[in-house]
This record gives sequence, C-alpha cells and structure tokens, in this order.
Amino acid sequence: MAYSNKVLDHYTNPRNVGTLDKSSVDVGTGLVGAPECGDVMRLQIKVNPETHVIEEAKFKTFGCGSAIASSSLATEWIQGKNVEDALKISNTDIVKELSLPPVKIHCSVLAEDAIRAAINDWKKKHPEAHAAAAQSEVNQAEVNTTA
Amino acid sequence: MSSNGNNGTNGNLPPGIKLPIYMDNHATTPTDPRVVEAMLPYFTQHFGNAASRNHQFGWEAEAAVETAREQIAKLIGATAKEIIFTSGATESDNLAIKGVAEMYREKGNHIITPVTEHKAVLDTCKRLEKYGYKVTYLPVKPDGLVDLNQLKDAFTDKTILVSIMAANNEIGVLQPVAEIGKLCRERGVLFHSDAVQALGKVPLDVNKMNLDLASLTAHKLYGPKGCGALYVRRRNPRVQISAIIDGGGHERGMRSGTLNVPGIVGFGKACEISRLEMPQESARIAALRDRLKDKLTGALDQVFINGSMEHRLPGNLNISFLYVEGESLLMGINDVAVSSGSACTSATLEPSYVLKSLGLGDDVAHSSIRFGIGRFNTEAEVDYVANRLIEVVSKLRELSPLYEMVKEGIDLSKIQWQTEGH
Repeated sequence: MAYSNKVLDHYTNPRNVGTLDKSSVDVGTGLVGAPECGDVMRLQIKVNPETHVIEEAKFKTFGCGSAIASSSLATEWIQGKNVEDALKISNTDIVKELSLPPVKIHCSVLAEDAIRAAINDWKKKHPEAHAAAAQSEVNQAEVNTTA
Repeated sequence: MSSNGNNGTNGNLPPGIKLPIYMDNHATTPTDPRVVEAMLPYFTQHFGNAASRNHQFGWEAEAAVETAREQIAKLIGATAKEIIFTSGATESDNLAIKGVAEMYREKGNHIITPVTEHKAVLDTCKRLEKYGYKVTYLPVKPDGLVDLNQLKDAFTDKTILVSIMAANNEIGVLQPVAEIGKLCRERGVLFHSDAVQALGKVPLDVNKMNLDLASLTAHKLYGPKGCGALYVRRRNPRVQISAIIDGGGHERGMRSGTLNVPGIVGFGKACEISRLEMPQESARIAALRDRLKDKLTGALDQVFINGSMEHRLPGNLNISFLYVEGESLLMGINDVAVSSGSACTSATLEPSYVLKSLGLGDDVAHSSIRFGIGRFNTEAEVDYVANRLIEVVSKLRELSPLYEMVKEGIDLSKIQWQTEGH
C-alpha cells in the first residue's frame, strides 16, 4: 500500500508522543479502540482551568501507520484550541489532511473518538465546564435569533 | 522507497547489504540463475509443442518434459509417470480434491482437512460442501500440529480423502505426514498433501509417507511461476481422479492443455538442484533462521514465537512482537520484504486465520511478522534485518499505550475495550 507523504511524516516523526498525569484534575484521558482490533489510541489533554484552552496534548497509539498519523495529527490540531472548538474536529478533516484511503477511514474515526473521550473525561472532572458550554450555546442561539 | 524518509541507514550500509532485502521466500522465491539457463533454449530454439508427435520440434519438447518429470519424481521418491503437470499448486489442490471427490463419490462423501490449510484447499472443500459433500475441519494444537487422536476420531465409513499440508505457509510447521499417511492407509482412505512449502526444503518420500496425492509448485523452490504438478499414485493403490479441465487429453487425461515446456524444464532443474543441495542448504538456512531468532529474542522482551520450533521448515520464523502492530512494523522496515499476519496487511481486513487457530488472541496475530529465509539470503542480511527490527520495535513500543500499561503492571484483559464498530 502506498502511504501519503503526510502519513509517512507523522509516522517517522510523530508529534507529541508521551504521557500526562491522568490523576491531575486538569488532565483528560481518552483511551479508545481495542487490542484485538489492532488499534488502540490514548490521547491526553491538559486544559487551562480558566480559559478551557488545551495547553498540551499527548498521545500513544498501538496501530498501523495511518492510526499513528491520525492521532499525531489530532494532538497537533487540538493544542491551543479551547475544548469546544476541539470537539468540532471531525474524522473527515483528518481523512482529507492525511489523504487516507477508504480502508483507513476507521483510523480517523478512532482519532475523533479519542479527542471526544479525552474531553469528556476532563469535563467529568469539571462540571462547571458543562454549564459554561451550555451557556455559550444559549448565547449562540440568541445571536442566531437576533440575526 | 527512499522517499519514505525512514531509511536513515541507507547512506551508510554495512558491507554486503544491498537494499531492498527479500526475506519473504514463502510467498515466492527468485528463480535460480541455473534454472533460468536451463529454460532459455526452450523459448526460442526448442519451442515445440510436447504433444506434437510427428516432428523433431515436438520430440525435443517431449524429451525435455520427460526429463523434468523424472527430476521432479526423484525428489519425492515417485516415478515419472506419477507426475501430472498443472499451472500451479492452486490448480493441483483443486484437481486432487475435486478429482477424488467426483471419482469416489459412490464410495463416500466425507473429507477431512485441518483449519490451517491454504485457501486453495479450504475453499475447494467449501465448494464441495455446496454439492453435498461433508467436510470435517480439524482444529490444530497450540503448536500448529494436527492431533492424531482427533484425526482418528474424525474418520467415518464415508471418508474418502484426508488433505493435510506437509508444511504450513505461515508458521512453517511440519505436520506428521508419515503418521497421517499410515492412519489413512490402514483405513483405505486416500491421503493428499499440499507439499508446496516442504518440497525441496525437507525430505519427502511418497512411499515412506503413504502419500497418494501431493501438490507441488516450482516457484517456491527457485523455479519459475505458473508451473505446478500433482503427484498421483499409480500403484498400491492406483489412484484415479476425474479431470477438472477437459480438452485434448494431455497428461493421461487428467489435465488437458498444452504443456508449459520452458516452465516444466525449469521446474525439473529446480528439483534437481534442491535434491542435490538440500542437506547443506537446509543446515545453512536453519542456522540463519536461528541467528535471526536469537538476536531478536535476545534484544527484545515480550516476543512470542508462533508454531512449533521443533517441527518447522528451516527457513521459517513467525514471531509476534507484542504491543506493536504488524503493519506499522512493516512500514518501519520498508527496505525489507517480509509479511505480517496483521489484519491491516490482508485484503479481508481480518487477522491471520492460521495464527487465530493456534488459540492466540487477535492481538498476537496483529503483532506478527513472517520471515521466510531462502537460498540467497546471507548472514549480513540477517544481521541487518535483526538490527533494523530491534530499532523499529523499540521505537514503536515507545509509542504504544499497551506496552506502557503492561510495564506499569496493568492487566490488559481486565480493561473494558470498545470493540464494536472497529
């Protein structure tokens, strides 16, 4: 199978490999996939408690080159974003960026799942973030109504 | 290949190394130059049709075919008349199994074969099931070998054929062919063996092993592709098979079609070379294989050899590097040609059914690499491959959440994984 140059680049030089302290209140951890399926991704985020901006993202992945590249790319993209914006990243964005072939689309789905799982884990530790997100949705709705 | 960017060692190769390195000799082998040399005159000079009985071109071709028939027969202790040429081992497997099934239909309709057979055997059996035949798919032991007691229990008074490969194409394990042959002979049941991987690598003797039919192919023993044979026993008992390809009645009616004379000449030469060189070659290749195994198991923890080491082809090593996925491993050693049992490398996206049949988890299959060391591999190549692999496995384990968890003492089987949808 031919890999795109971007997949090869992430495979050869994966970004943000590592581990954050999962017991920290500011760290969210997502562990998705299964060993028997041949893909396991662990994505971790360290979120600023004030701004809800993802200050640091780390990953480790057991999987094929496309799975490694998808998770490496995901950490690059979510770093510096606030959690709500990070949730807007979809697997199709990853497919496009890495030019993944159809048989590798599940790798991008897994990366999206990993982002969501990490953010959900962080949110569980921060109930106030739910309220803030709900509030921002209300504000957004108001804006839409006025417009 | 160099565009892949991870051939960091390309500019500074050890002496004697030329990339890429071929170590996938179960898939196919390079044609031996001595074989090519033997074949060449049969393309342009002696190009006759071996079935042309009335001129010199035909006679020359026929004589060359008969020489090859003898060379092939001699390697397995058969007689020349017992060798039927085909297009390859897939056809030979089809011809043996379908041919016996049809010919012996009145005697019975039951076939026994293990779950680790090549698809050419398994899918042929599956097709026969559609036509009312019954097939027992024997499980194998954790080392990949057939359990003879289970085989004994599987025979019924309707059993007409047992088909068990001599050597497995993935894990290289050698089945107890002689014992199986004895059990079949005692019961008057025909015994077919797909001997493709074993031919020329380990001694085969159709009489000592009570083989009635054996599938053979040239390209696994340094001969050309597209040329196979089926051994069909002619006496004690005389085995009869129905043809599956009808036509001009070539090969005593068992396989019609103009013979691939250059291919057959090459097949014969390849068998002759293997017969003469097998003792030294097997020892040399087994030593290379053991060197590779020792280097890998010495430098890396959490590695697992798949299949029996004791009953194994000299050139085969099938090894799982736990917590590292096979395709990502292949990507890291892209200047070395090997295979993986990982789902990601298969057309079906399923991990190897052979490895799964050993009772291993899918995760072990996903982490497996198959090495096939052959005639043209060198010690320098083995050392290079081992070093590259150690480097890449170590790097990928740094990336592996599973390896980290295991190192922390976490039992992965206790984790609630999300298995659905992937």
